[in-house]
Amino acid sequence: MSAPVTAAPVPARQRRRTARSWLRGIAIVVVTLVFALPLVWMFAAAFKTNVQVTDPSVGLWFRPTLENFRNIVEAGQIQRSMGNSLLVGVVSTVLSAVIAVPAAWAVGRFAMHRTGSLILVARIVPAISLLVPWYYLFAQMGLVGSYTVLILSQMFVSVPLIMWIMISFFAGLPVELEEAARTDGLSAFGAFWRIALPLAAPGTATASLLAFVFSWNNFMFALVFADDSTQTVPVTLFNFISYASTDWGGLMAAATLITVPVVLAAVLGQKYLVAGLTSGASKG
Amino acid sequence: MSTTEVSPARPAAASGAGPSPARRTRTFEQANRRLKWGMLAPALLFVGLMIVFPLVYTLNLSLTDAFGAVNAGKGHVGLRNFTDALGDTRRFWPAARRTVLFTVGAVVLETALGLALAMLMRKTFRGMRWVRTVLIIPLLTTPVAIGILWLLILDPTNGIANHLLTGIGLPRQDFLGSVSQSLPTLMLIDVWQWTPMMTLLLLAGLTTLPAEPEEAARVDGANGWQRFRHVVLPMLGPTLATALVLRAVDALKTFDILYATKGAGGGSDFEVETLNVYAYGLTFDYQEYGLAAAVLVLFTLFIVGVVVLLRRRGGRKAA
Repeated sequence: MSAPVTAAPVPARQRRRTARSWLRGIAIVVVTLVFALPLVWMFAAAFKTNVQVTDPSVGLWFRPTLENFRNIVEAGQIQRSMGNSLLVGVVSTVLSAVIAVPAAWAVGRFAMHRTGSLILVARIVPAISLLVPWYYLFAQMGLVGSYTVLILSQMFVSVPLIMWIMISFFAGLPVELEEAARTDGLSAFGAFWRIALPLAAPGTATASLLAFVFSWNNFMFALVFADDSTQTVPVTLFNFISYASTDWGGLMAAATLITVPVVLAAVLGQKYLVAGLTSGASKG
Repeated sequence: MSTTEVSPARPAAASGAGPSPARRTRTFEQANRRLKWGMLAPALLFVGLMIVFPLVYTLNLSLTDAFGAVNAGKGHVGLRNFTDALGDTRRFWPAARRTVLFTVGAVVLETALGLALAMLMRKTFRGMRWVRTVLIIPLLTTPVAIGILWLLILDPTNGIANHLLTGIGLPRQDFLGSVSQSLPTLMLIDVWQWTPMMTLLLLAGLTTLPAEPEEAARVDGANGWQRFRHVVLPMLGPTLATALVLRAVDALKTFDILYATKGAGGGSDFEVETLNVYAYGLTFDYQEYGLAAAVLVLFTLFIVGVVVLLRRRGGRKAA
């Protein structure tokens, strides 16, 4: 494309370009391995015997065993915790979406960006400074250890997260459609309910998926508010570190069980998760 | 506040939404305000209540000698908790120092590496989808699991890391088993987990940049580095600033992985005790609610200060 060139420089430039694209390819492969291998190592360790786990020369070629998974499942806590995490994650996400999506629409359509930015405050304040007052309040109501507290505290993370993502999602929807609907006699609420909300389904799905993942991962709230029967997976995993520090295989199996849903979400919803993370830019 | 917001003089398109700002505001202006507040109220009330009550409560608590049971009697001690905290060179100041070291180290490395990776992945390539999938997995994985996985890899005696190090003739390291290496090691784990976030944010920023300035620079004979340094980087400024603020706030508040790998107090010598871990310990291990509240107030002010500072500097750079 860059105009007339003599015969000699063309192959040279081409060679340079090929070399460069090879280098780039190698760099990308190396980067991918750097981020993938530690997790692969963890998954592999989950299928090793305890002798193999502590022998680094075993590497990735070994005869896999399900022993570790059988042991932790027989102990019983992990599936209870996964059930708790699932419950807290689903309920807190659904409730959060129900109040956050309309709020995000209102912020976007009525240009209330200053009100919307109040939501940011929720991201800045260290969660620990909220835990003591919440603990005090919830203790008065006799709620500590209940699912209610876990769900309410998680919603405090999820509502701002979903609002944050949905404000930018609604901003990207053409307002003309809603205006046309208004002209055709729909109320403002009707425009939201019949037009904006269906169009925002992909955004809502993205935001909810992320909210669920962050709920699934939340450690500190559960550490403070959960009791033995409402314990979520990160707490179980944490207790496992101190209580079974020599049982590397079991530890890795538990860590694998908690990570598999996240990996599945990443593989199936990569496009949406990336869009949500970069518009929300928020880890909760 | 609401009056300024509904005023038609303020174009709604500040967010870059609709192509016809005036018409848009006018149409939705007609909608009644009750609807607008009705839709906002549940979310705002919820977040407001969950945050305002605790902040007031914490401020109040920081002026008392609350200790022991949460609802035990407490006396007002004025600013004593603050002077105690600020005069404490054994736990408070080292924790503040670690918080800053951890955050600055992690965020600087994450920004530099994230930018490099974003430039590397900027042009599409075969398998991009899979590389992006691999990149989002670390940042979506439970920090406690990440901590466990690195405990295994970095185990001083049986870990693969030392196996590889000694394999190439380097000395064995204690990593998380050592007082001096724990904080840098955890910082690098944070870099491993969060560099992809920077990369994704900057990649998203890169795709919105117009192609013309770079093309013009190329025609003028600027080489790759010059185009990056003088054309791409300045245009990327606002994205970079936002990413930096968000990452810095989260890095300052890092808790899960520190607590999961080193336990209460950040280890036997408090070696990874940041302000967050310290405040947690004061609250839930020592029940020193008054002092903890004072530390938290100082910590919150510090975070707000960092955000304000970064935003102002980032804004100036972007302008």
